[in-house]
Amino acid sequence: MSRILFKKEGRAKFISHLDLMRTMQRVFIRSGLAIRHTEGFNPHPYMNFAMPLSVGTESVCELMDFGLLGGAEPEEVPARLNAGCPQGIEILDCYEEKRKFKDIKWLDIEARLFYDYRACPLEALRELYSREQLIIEKRTKRGSAEVDILPLTGGIEIEPGEDGQLLMRSRLSAQDPALSPAQLISAIDQLAPELSPDFTAFRRVEVRDSDLHPFR
Amino acid sequence: MTPKLERILTRVQKPARYTGGEYNEIVKDPEKVDLRVAFCFPDTYEIGMSNLGLQILYGAMNEDPGIWCERCFAPWGDMEEELRREKLPLYALESGDPIGDFDAIAFSLGYEMAYTSVLNMLDLAGVPVRSADRESLTPLVFAGGTSCINPEPMADFIDLFAIGEGEKLDMEILELLKKAKREGWPKSRFLRAAADIPGVYVPSLYEPEYNDDGTLRRVNVLDGAPETVTKRIVEDLDSVYYPTHAIVPSTEIVHDRVVLELFRGCVRGCRFCQAGFAYRPVRRHSTEFLLEKAKEALSGSGYEEITLSSLSTSDFKGLSELTDGLLEWCEPRKISLSLPSLRADNFSMGLMERVQKVRKSGLTFAPEAGSQRLRDVINKNVTEEALLNSCRIAFEGGWSTLKLYFMLGLPTETDEDVLAIAELAEKVLSCWRQNAVNRARGVKITVSTSMFVPKPHTPFEWEAQVSVEEYLRRVKLLREAIKSRAITYNWHAPDVSLIEAALSRGDRRLGAVIENVWRDGGRLDSWSDYFSFERWMNAFEKAGLDPDFYAARVRGEDELFPWDVISVGVRKSYLARERKAAYEGKITPDCRVKCMGCGANCLLERRACDE
Repeated sequence: MSRILFKKEGRAKFISHLDLMRTMQRVFIRSGLAIRHTEGFNPHPYMNFAMPLSVGTESVCELMDFGLLGGAEPEEVPARLNAGCPQGIEILDCYEEKRKFKDIKWLDIEARLFYDYRACPLEALRELYSREQLIIEKRTKRGSAEVDILPLTGGIEIEPGEDGQLLMRSRLSAQDPALSPAQLISAIDQLAPELSPDFTAFRRVEVRDSDLHPFR
Repeated sequence: MTPKLERILTRVQKPARYTGGEYNEIVKDPEKVDLRVAFCFPDTYEIGMSNLGLQILYGAMNEDPGIWCERCFAPWGDMEEELRREKLPLYALESGDPIGDFDAIAFSLGYEMAYTSVLNMLDLAGVPVRSADRESLTPLVFAGGTSCINPEPMADFIDLFAIGEGEKLDMEILELLKKAKREGWPKSRFLRAAADIPGVYVPSLYEPEYNDDGTLRRVNVLDGAPETVTKRIVEDLDSVYYPTHAIVPSTEIVHDRVVLELFRGCVRGCRFCQAGFAYRPVRRHSTEFLLEKAKEALSGSGYEEITLSSLSTSDFKGLSELTDGLLEWCEPRKISLSLPSLRADNFSMGLMERVQKVRKSGLTFAPEAGSQRLRDVINKNVTEEALLNSCRIAFEGGWSTLKLYFMLGLPTETDEDVLAIAELAEKVLSCWRQNAVNRARGVKITVSTSMFVPKPHTPFEWEAQVSVEEYLRRVKLLREAIKSRAITYNWHAPDVSLIEAALSRGDRRLGAVIENVWRDGGRLDSWSDYFSFERWMNAFEKAGLDPDFYAARVRGEDELFPWDVISVGVRKSYLARERKAAYEGKITPDCRVKCMGCGANCLLERRACDE
């Protein structure tokens, strides 16, 4: 299996996961690179994405596996794919995959918190996220459950960002169970609603294994 | 993208349709172009991006390095609400710049129910909706598209109409606009000069006068503008821009595939069909050209499906050669080929096998009327025998889903004709019973009816539409006559068809009605989510007009029509002759069998159609 590392940012962050799959399928056809198709009644290109990204979240560390056929070298793949990508999607690297996506443990994220009508409550938020526990109500398929989200994080740092925003950096559990960036912020809404930002923009910056090494 | 817009987009449905940035979109330096044009489609992104005309004209305009043409679509309700609340003007997808600052705003008007969205989009752009209230030269608001062959209902809002095919015409209009802008002409001088471009209709240079009974008395032509505006056509299709590098949306749209246009016009002459008359004469692409462009378009887009498009695809000479050539290329690449608008009479086994090879899609036939008598009246020259034969081939080939389209309310229709639809559907069902290869899988036959809308520039332009009540009575009659559970019957809502009928044969006074509807919250009227019959009826009443005057009145033989100022090439006397033949139940052979002298050949320099 081959793997690509790619960015999805700017306008492209609004492309949904389903649409991204369709788009990547077409990007491959435009590139002229032959890839493996699934067997069966209705064959389609085999593509496996590591961690589906929510609409509106940017990322510089997306991973996708596929089967490269026909003797093309992995090194030539990024340039050939990039020529056919919509704005905001850029393939950074292509290589033979050596480890499975199940080894992914952490996702590093950045959240930009915007406060339109007041000063940023930097200290109050630092205080909130340094509590012993952060128990929030998490909606699941079977209703809702109370969960302490702190064990699902590997550190939360908050600092002043540009243009008077707050920049929150955090490491979140990627799977089993996952904590989404939105859930991290919903702790504010649930536990200290007076500190809720007017808007939050998210960005995935790195994907890591259990030893905290970047996962490739 | 501005932070404000970024925030909005996280709150609306399907935000990818508002971002631009798709593959093959064209971006230029605004400082280095003479004109900025917003190509506006008064419906959603998903509908507009499926429109071949948009892709053609977008590419054609952008071939000129001095023009940057960008796209703009009607926002869905949630997006409109956000734009208005945040006071963000409507913007073009490529640059994100407000279209109100552009030099030209060009609307594609394909169907009447999009009219209210034109007003709404202008308003969202911060541009006055009425032409008379826009004093400066720019933004010039112009429109083209099929429904512009009766431009009068939109005459109050549009500065000029481009009648006919736009590949060359639009460029001539924009070339003149460049000059006018450079030399600082007032708008009036530009419009007068534009009226001299063949195919341009400037409504402010035409003043209608009405009789006491509401019909048109005469049209005063001002300032030496042409008495008649004749539609423009492209004579040699292979010689103009062809969209091989069309924009590929990053989100799903209605027609998410390569659309290969085979020819324009139609040889058939079905009397109800506006496109059949409006797009005459027939002009085709060469097969070699199509094969080459299809391959370019498929490899350039990454699409895995291609569809052949034209008014009557199976009438394309050399269709087998084309489909064979396409399949030879498509099959190893797992690209599927689909053929819409098949006629029930020449649907052959070979053709069916060809499309079936890659993927089998549903099959649709449109007999339009249930009885042979009525099919002769409308000149839909398909016999029951031919239809059943096509069905037999389809069922033998393994198809088990079939759709049949009909119209109710066609001129001279009787209850017997309505009941004949049910009988025909039953015959199709028994044809399946006799020929199905796998009866255990069952069959689904869907019968759909819509209310007939008489259209301008057709032989039925004099006809009355049946009333909503009468349509519903015939629907009930048909519904009760369909007995089998394998046959599903769907009927289209008649209230939209009544409004469509009033608008399509309307005069300039309907501008007030359209504006009333829009001010009352009307937009996206082709969507049942938004259409309100009551709103339209109130708007008519407020304007002192009756929709039945336009829709349900048999018009006098000598009546002057609001759209008579436009010529599509087919003479009105020819349409009258065809109408007479309809009442006599006489069929007219297709253009290839015999030329009946409709007049459309005069649009060609070589004076001879297709053959």
